Amino acid sequence: MNFSEVFKQSNQLCKVSPDGKYLATCVQYRLVVRDVSTLQIMHLYTCLDQISHMEWSSDSLFILCAMYKRGLVQVWSLEQPDWHCKIDEGSIGLVSSRWSPDGRHILNTTEFHLRITVWSLCTKAVSYIKYPKACQKGIDFSRDGSYMALAERRDCKDFVSIFVCDDWHLLRHFETETQDLAGLEWSPNGCVLAVWDSCLEYKVLLYSLDGRLLSTYSAYEWSLGVKSVSWSPSSQFLAIGSYDEKVRIINHITWKKIAQFEHPATVESTKTVYKEVERRPAVGTDEMSLHNITTGSTLFNTQSKYEICSLPVQIPVVKPDPDRANPKIGVSVLAFSSDNHYLATKNDNMASAVWVWNMQKMSLEAVLEQTSAVRCFQWDPRHPRLALCTGNTKLYLWSPGGCVAVQVPTEGNFLGPKLNYIVLRYRKGAELQ
Amino acid sequence: MPESSLVKDGRSSSVEYGASPLRQFSQSSLLLHRNSYMLGTFCTEHNVQQCLSHINQEISSLGLPPVWTESGNSSELNIVAVLNCMYDLIQLHRRGLRTLESMEVEQLKSSSNIDHLQLTITRLKEQLELSKRENTGLLERERQLQLKAKSLQSCLKNEKEEVQKLQNIIASRASQYNHEMKRKEREFNKLKERLNQLLVDKKEKKQAIDVLNNIGRADGKRSLWKTEKTEAKHEGEMYKTLLSDYDARQRELVLENAELRKVLQQMKKDMVSILSSRKPAVKSDKPEHSGVQARSEEEEEEVFDSSKESVELYCVHAREKLTNSIRLQWRRLKSHVERLDSQASLVQMVESKDTDAVPQETQEEEMDRLKLEIQQCKDFIQTQQQLLQQQLSSPCDEETASLLSNCYMLQEKERLGEEWKTLEEQRKIFERERKNFTEAAIRLSHERKAFEEDRATWLKHQFLNLSPFADSKKTPLLKSKSAFLISAETEAPEKLIKCHSDTASPTPRCVPLASASTADLYRTLCLIPENSSVQPKTNGEHVEESSMFCGDVFVQHQQWEHSEDHTPSQEKNSSI
Repeated sequence: MNFSEVFKQSNQLCKVSPDGKYLATCVQYRLVVRDVSTLQIMHLYTCLDQISHMEWSSDSLFILCAMYKRGLVQVWSLEQPDWHCKIDEGSIGLVSSRWSPDGRHILNTTEFHLRITVWSLCTKAVSYIKYPKACQKGIDFSRDGSYMALAERRDCKDFVSIFVCDDWHLLRHFETETQDLAGLEWSPNGCVLAVWDSCLEYKVLLYSLDGRLLSTYSAYEWSLGVKSVSWSPSSQFLAIGSYDEKVRIINHITWKKIAQFEHPATVESTKTVYKEVERRPAVGTDEMSLHNITTGSTLFNTQSKYEICSLPVQIPVVKPDPDRANPKIGVSVLAFSSDNHYLATKNDNMASAVWVWNMQKMSLEAVLEQTSAVRCFQWDPRHPRLALCTGNTKLYLWSPGGCVAVQVPTEGNFLGPKLNYIVLRYRKGAELQ
Repeated sequence: MPESSLVKDGRSSSVEYGASPLRQFSQSSLLLHRNSYMLGTFCTEHNVQQCLSHINQEISSLGLPPVWTESGNSSELNIVAVLNCMYDLIQLHRRGLRTLESMEVEQLKSSSNIDHLQLTITRLKEQLELSKRENTGLLERERQLQLKAKSLQSCLKNEKEEVQKLQNIIASRASQYNHEMKRKEREFNKLKERLNQLLVDKKEKKQAIDVLNNIGRADGKRSLWKTEKTEAKHEGEMYKTLLSDYDARQRELVLENAELRKVLQQMKKDMVSILSSRKPAVKSDKPEHSGVQARSEEEEEEVFDSSKESVELYCVHAREKLTNSIRLQWRRLKSHVERLDSQASLVQMVESKDTDAVPQETQEEEMDRLKLEIQQCKDFIQTQQQLLQQQLSSPCDEETASLLSNCYMLQEKERLGEEWKTLEEQRKIFERERKNFTEAAIRLSHERKAFEEDRATWLKHQFLNLSPFADSKKTPLLKSKSAFLISAETEAPEKLIKCHSDTASPTPRCVPLASASTADLYRTLCLIPENSSVQPKTNGEHVEESSMFCGDVFVQHQQWEHSEDHTPSQEKNSSI
């Protein structure tokens, strides 16, 4: 595995272009575009304020830089570095900004979610969408980019509007049977929209593309409900993670539960349990010179390797505070592998463990126990390979063949490595950035 | 009162006592009537004295003064004594009656008491029964109530738990609501502030977009106006996607259905074949199988039908028919297997113990044997593991460590050593042979040198003594090889001589020959020692000698070139 040298980046804004050729990073108010293979700087753009959000357009020709404080959005072109575009939202403010799937429209959500402004870069036309809902995931584009689903709230009722991304024509507008809609997500085949309620009620509604209600799923009444939802890449399964530490799998033919995955504190039946074991390299007293300490990073970098534990294994559980809202309990992250064979989950009160489930056998495949809380994990877009990081300088990889911990070379500080929330990005060529 | 009447009669009878014994008789008969146990008369005319003495005795036994004394012969009674006695007797009798009366009264009293007590006993017994029954009833009720209490307690516990759970839920929901409310309040405040700010702040920054130039659409097409046609087109496209998705799904389901149907058909065929194979055996059995027969005939028809008309299966009825027939077959198969099981158990019971025991025994024996084997294998594995553990964990002393460290390779090492030894021996042999060869070669070279010198001197002599009359030696060339060999020495110089003799006629030929003659000489010289060593090889070549003399030499040259190694040709080259 090759690692590039370290770049400075702020706000965790570091993205690879969709075609995999360029890498864009933001440093304060500058946007740096590099070539991925040589890592040479191709373009350098300067924005008017500190960049809050940066996004590539789908055809990798434009980059959007949003500055929320100033209410500005600047768009840069890769083909013509002289081309510039500046969108000023004025006094209405800016809360979020994103591209449309065709890469020619920008959707700005104003402050207080008053409305969504759709700016067209082709015609300089403006459209407005009223009453968007401020929730966990209120807007979603279908995978082929032809439809957009938007959650709205009028008169204390939830609605869903489906727009055709071509010309922003409102295709369907229907009321949903939710108390307080928390999010919506298209299935990968673009025919079914999953809508789920807030955590106070466990309810997942499935709507067809033309607005008909296909099915409702509710596992239990009361208590805290759905925490996360994910479609499988083939649209066959819908995985629902909830606050009761369970994942329920719904099938696309009957929309009924076909499997239930539990996350017990004592793991009894699984293929393997990998436990990360840290090992500090022994340092002799004669090596403790000042020079070595300041330049050598081995003093504080610990070696890690995985050990296979024998069952049953106890996973450390952290009980959340019952009085606080949004307790750290329940399955918060779900990710399917690209070949549909595996599902990776994380239970918030066992934050240092990642569970990998085999979707063909509907059983637990592996449990990865790390030494500290897992920050994020992501699947390789080509192969069944999971990369995860826990905030230290190591990168962990799991595949059905085994597990490996890789040290990321960083500049050693006397104070030790910073706890970065490393956002993982995969290139199309299945290499890790 | 009968007693008083009796007394009266007795009195009346006692008054008439002295009169005659007949009256006594009648009294006694009267008394007999009363007391039925006195049969017969007591006193007659004949036994008066006896009667008197008897009565006297009786009276005295009763404690009264005697009535009659035997003082004189006269049988006259002392009337006073008799009267006194009678009076005493009457008193006694009365007293007796009185006591009898009192006793009767007592008896009545006691019997009435007894009755009364019996009545009370029965009443009390009934009461006791009743109270016992009540007691058991009460105990039963108590037990039931206890059970109820327990169940209610458990219900209460469950309810409490549920209440606790609901309370927890409510608490979490409440905290969630509070959090949301706070968030909304914060946002509301922000809105208010913003509104204030906007109202105060007059200059409003307008929304604007500043683009250098319009860029084309992603797909390169021109954008269309929003008309009804486009709307309809969008609707159409949406429905198209939905329909294609449904199509795909339906196709998958049809394929799956076809697969499953095939499997079911296969299963049905197998089951039918299994069931029909035992039909001949079934026929000889009890009549209950006749139904099976009839049904199995039906099956055949069914199978026949379904195999032919598989297209029909796509309709609901055919599908139901298939599933029903499979269920039927399965039930039959199950019953068949059950029957076999019962038959087997029956057979086992019916047969004698020996034959019964034998299969069982063999089974059991086999089981025991297998178990033993398993145990042995397990023990073996255990010991292996232990040994391995020992080896890995326990630190042995130096010798054993060094010994054991290489123990795995011992056999290979030994073999290797042996092979090495053999190789060494072979190498030595080869070395020796090589030495021999070199020595032989050296010797040979020395010999050759010496021989050459001899030859040279001899030839010199010959040459010097050469005469032109040495043609007679031509023919011996055609002699056999051995002759040639033997006479090689002699022939060689003759060849030379002939060569030189022919110089007169074919001069150009001989010239190269003359130049080649030295080569020939060398060759022949070389040949001679080599001949001896390589004689067997070159036999064939010797036979091929041509008749031509000059040609012989060349042919021989060539032959020797072919047969031997490089050295003659090399020498030839070097010489030429």
